[in-house]
Amino acid sequence: MVDSARDRAPAARQPARGESLAVRVVLIGIALAFVSLMLVLPLLSVFTEALRKGWDVYVAAIREPDAHSAIRLTLLVAAIAVPINVVTGVAGAWVIARFEFPGRNLLVSLIDLPFSVSPVITGLVYVLLFGAQGVFGTWLAYNDVQIIFAVPGIVLATIFVTFPFVCREILPIMQAQGSADEEAALTLGAGPWWMFFTITLPNIRWGLLYGVLLCNARAMGEFGAVSVVSGRIRGLTTTMPLHIEILYNEYNSVAAFAVASLLALLALLTLLAKALLEWRYADELAATRPL
Amino acid sequence: MTVALSIENLRKHFGGFEALRGVSLNVEPGELVALLGPSGSGKTTLLRLVAGLEVEDAGRILFGDVEANNLTLRDRRIGFVFQHYALFRHLTVEDNIAYGLRARPRRERPSVAEIRSRVGTLLDLVQLGGLEKRFPAQLSGGQRQRVALARALAIEPRVLLLDEPFGALDAQVRKDLRRWLRDLHARTGHTTLFVTHDQDEALELADRVAILNQGAIEQVGTSDDVYERPETSFVCGFLGETNRLPVEFAGGQVFLGELPIYGMAHFNTPGPGSLYVRPHDLQVTEGGTGALSGIVLSVRRIADRRRASIAVPGMPAAIETDISSGFAPAVGERIGLRIMRALTFNEAR
Amino acid sequence: MHPRGHARRILPGFHLSLGITVTALSCIVLIPLAALVAKSASTGVGTFVEIATSPRTLAALRLSFGAALLAAMVNAVFGLLIAWILVRYDFPGRRLVDAIVDLPFAMPTAVAGIALAAIYAPNGIVGAVLDPYGIRVAYTPLGVAVALVFIGLPFVVRSVQPVLEELESELEEAAALLGANRLRVIWTVLLPPLLPALITGFVLAFARGVGEYGSVIFIAGNVPLVSEIAPLLIVIRLEQFDYAGAAVVGVLMLVLSFVLILGLNLFHASFRRSIGNG
Repeated sequence: MVDSARDRAPAARQPARGESLAVRVVLIGIALAFVSLMLVLPLLSVFTEALRKGWDVYVAAIREPDAHSAIRLTLLVAAIAVPINVVTGVAGAWVIARFEFPGRNLLVSLIDLPFSVSPVITGLVYVLLFGAQGVFGTWLAYNDVQIIFAVPGIVLATIFVTFPFVCREILPIMQAQGSADEEAALTLGAGPWWMFFTITLPNIRWGLLYGVLLCNARAMGEFGAVSVVSGRIRGLTTTMPLHIEILYNEYNSVAAFAVASLLALLALLTLLAKALLEWRYADELAATRPL
Repeated sequence: MTVALSIENLRKHFGGFEALRGVSLNVEPGELVALLGPSGSGKTTLLRLVAGLEVEDAGRILFGDVEANNLTLRDRRIGFVFQHYALFRHLTVEDNIAYGLRARPRRERPSVAEIRSRVGTLLDLVQLGGLEKRFPAQLSGGQRQRVALARALAIEPRVLLLDEPFGALDAQVRKDLRRWLRDLHARTGHTTLFVTHDQDEALELADRVAILNQGAIEQVGTSDDVYERPETSFVCGFLGETNRLPVEFAGGQVFLGELPIYGMAHFNTPGPGSLYVRPHDLQVTEGGTGALSGIVLSVRRIADRRRASIAVPGMPAAIETDISSGFAPAVGERIGLRIMRALTFNEAR
Repeated sequence: MHPRGHARRILPGFHLSLGITVTALSCIVLIPLAALVAKSASTGVGTFVEIATSPRTLAALRLSFGAALLAAMVNAVFGLLIAWILVRYDFPGRRLVDAIVDLPFAMPTAVAGIALAAIYAPNGIVGAVLDPYGIRVAYTPLGVAVALVFIGLPFVVRSVQPVLEELESELEEAAALLGANRLRVIWTVLLPPLLPALITGFVLAFARGVGEYGSVIFIAGNVPLVSEIAPLLIVIRLEQFDYAGAAVVGVLMLVLSFVLILGLNLFHASFRRSIGNG
């Protein structure tokens, strides 16, 4: 979804052609006004609202036990969902980039599918599958396994929502690089795993890191899907975004924005890391041209 | 053991495309053989099949007495130099060269000191001493090529395979490397097969040249064989420059239009055919006599020769001929050409 | 087992990686989605139609699709403009703007939702400015569209930007040398090659907007028949343990999005054919 090839050569940017200075200034002005109003203002308001009643109130809101357990749960869910998506994403990109097989294009579309499914529908399908009235509901109840309104459901919904991120980031890189490096490693006598860890993985490392960052940001911030399956049991099944909703609906706006500011910081760090990676990327992608 | 590599009736198709239609070739130990052909002739496919990077549909590949078809890539021990080298960009020159030694299973892996000394020897061999800590991106094209070669040699390959070894380099570097590779081969004596579409490269470098066309080998022989005694019209037309004249074979004579060409013997079956004559095998005659006669269209200089284009009535294209430096025909002048040497092939027109 | 005569594959890991991918995809995505279709199919035609045509369902779908369409159109215009200034002009802070465009990708939707609600509430920074003119954004359908503009913007910018970077300046210069004025150059030389990317960005923004939940519910007001989006209706049905009702709305959303996206893609494909760069 985020095109990684973008901005790969800042030098390729062409000087302004055609438009007069006045037209340019007006166009830039309109665009900057739009970006400020739609993007910058909401971001800033998170921090101003959070600090509206001062630093102490802010810190207290974050130190509060329910906030604490929400943070812990969010980290736990991401710690499970992200590694699983790394494995499936790398496997998916490998099989799609390196092999011809019937159904390959279908597989690409299916991996992208979660992007076009509403998060709420994601939550809904798990409720229909594992909920009390669901397909496996009776069996789960009989065996005393709780998925919906519990952590497993939250993890499943998060994996669904973040499924395409890693694959989407590394697939174009693998396709651009071609398989010559891996073939070279094999003719030099490398075994499959040796080849994977010494050649394939280093070749995709920056794209993979970028995919992990996006996947992680979404996993920690997912709201719709998680809200449907969590049951919002305070202190037990509330992730940070759900905790924000609860606080907001209780008119505890400062506390809500305080927790939200942590997630906004995570978003800013993700953007910063992305900008830094794109620097690195510029070389890496330039290096995908045959040596 | 007289044959290092033997290829028997190899076939390969991709979808509906026949890439190789039954190719056989023997390479002797220490021999340097070029696979030459136009793009799409199957030469790279043949190289990749020998390396084990593609799987054949039918046929056999033998390294000496060892049947290769079921060997893993590791057991084949092929030194393959890729067209764009496929150097590992995140590894230094040293680590690139050592890759094949370190990739071995623990039992067979040489000691760290041994690896270092082997890499050092190879670096000296390819004249890259002092560059071992560089990354591929910091090397010139010619240097990368030599690293790729050292990396392939490090595993002590049975056969060295080079895919368009000079394809990615500019003209001057190419000439230097060609000579250097010839010397290196003379010193190390690896059985080597290389793919090229550049006939100068193939003719200069190789002990023998195999010429491929549309998935089949047209002729295998020394440079002199294939250039001077081409067995097929394709080889004749593909190598060097030639004029192709439509002729008729009848009795013992070759007819150009209505007129027989005197002094031309042939062993073709009667019927239509082609006569191939190289520009340096045509001689300008005085007074416009000879087998061919026409109007000078242009005269130009090509390096050490002078070349004239002659419009000959009845010919599909202008005839190219080399002319001596003492002779300066004017454009529009009528001159005659004598055919000194030519080859004839039966060929539907 | 191996179609097309692949006796053996040279690169390793085909079966392992295909196995991992297909297993994970089936368990996490495909089987659960099949459960949704099965559930709504088991409701019976009569009930299905009844739920589907109820005024509340129709109003929610109309709002979700209408607001997503409106937001995607706004984003097509402003996204193109932003991509244009990022690629073509140099100005202080260009890199910063370039980075901040991705904010909606990185920012959790609930955080965006409460921030937008705070800004556009009648006492918020923007809301207070608009209120005297009688313009209400928060807690109205307009608020839904505003949230979807926020969510969809990067899709358009990031689709158009790389294509704009690749555009050869020679085309433009040739047209200018041939005497076309600037507007004509933009209209006839620049826009046609950009259109496919613009449509792609539009479709992505639209698809995301239809299903968006977190950033919308805080600003929407959630009044049934007025400002209640389809995903929220699903949540409400689930809270009432009306699983069939939730499943029917869910399937309707999936089918409608699918049809609309398919239609746009077909238009897209025929357009590409007609300008001959398919």
